[in-house]
Amino acid sequence: MTLHGFAEWLGQTPASQVVQNVSWIIPSVQCFHILCIAIVVSAVFMVDLRLLGVIGRDQPTAAYTSRFLTWVWPTLVLLLLSGSVLIVGEPTRSLENPAFLTKMTLLVFAMITTAGLQIPTFKDPAYWELTRGHRISARALAVISLLLWVGIVFAGRWIAYMNTAGE
Amino acid sequence: MDLQSLLQWLYDTPVGTAIRENGNLFPMVESIHVLSITLVVGSISIVDLRLLGIASKGRAVSRLTGEVLPFTWVVFVAAAITGGLLFSSNAVKYAHNGFFLAKMSLLVVAFLNMMVFHVITSRGIERWDESPHPPVQAKLAGAVSLALWIAIIVCGRWIGFTMSAF
Repeated sequence: MTLHGFAEWLGQTPASQVVQNVSWIIPSVQCFHILCIAIVVSAVFMVDLRLLGVIGRDQPTAAYTSRFLTWVWPTLVLLLLSGSVLIVGEPTRSLENPAFLTKMTLLVFAMITTAGLQIPTFKDPAYWELTRGHRISARALAVISLLLWVGIVFAGRWIAYMNTAGE
Repeated sequence: MDLQSLLQWLYDTPVGTAIRENGNLFPMVESIHVLSITLVVGSISIVDLRLLGIASKGRAVSRLTGEVLPFTWVVFVAAAITGGLLFSSNAVKYAHNGFFLAKMSLLVVAFLNMMVFHVITSRGIERWDESPHPPVQAKLAGAVSLALWIAIIVCGRWIGFTMSAF
């Protein structure tokens, strides 16, 4: 089955019909989705700003990764669930949309970067402060992470404008 | 100049016209607006959850506000500027949109809530700065702020659905 075929099939399912026909579902789920995005992006920004030395120099970076990154993963699950409702409701508008595909690609890299920042601190909380090399890597990862999440928000908003399904 | 002609003037400015007529400019400005708003709400929530005694309990409230709120103000200014640009592109219609008016009213209330906290509630902050569970007035300020900002996001999203196809 092609992606287009799948999107067409999904659009015919009863679940999709409900989302399409009940007008308040999409805006409500989008509100929930944006609020979850606010949690994830802000949590990641706090960690990135700490790694870049902009805030919280009186506390080790591990204090920030443990305080904020723990919010990211459960909220990402909520984002995947609410995002799925939006896809079910508008399959061709999303799945075949270049902005959506860009967003998903960036998301994969953002998740890898976030895990890459978090996992080393489990073994050694001081990991990102151990050597000059570690500090430089941490800063580089922080910049990459900032750019990726900004890109995700932009790509997400552009889904509405790169709708190739021609509704 | 009355309000109606002021709105019309905004609509006719080169900036308003450009955002309205250039197909890429509106989504671009809107994306920056969404990014700024999510960072405003997310960063304020960090403080609200601390006041509620839910998160960052090991961090003194004054330390947390000192590191978070300057960032909040920077992104708030970005949200206000981009919001103003979006508004100028269709000033008359936005000004008559119920969700837009609700969003602006809620912003004023959120600002007042913040002022009350700064001027009155935080006066005796030394006594509970380090405490994981701030007093009830502080918790109330956090809860009200959280509710207001969630409502602001909801109104903002609904402006889009009541203004155009997006």
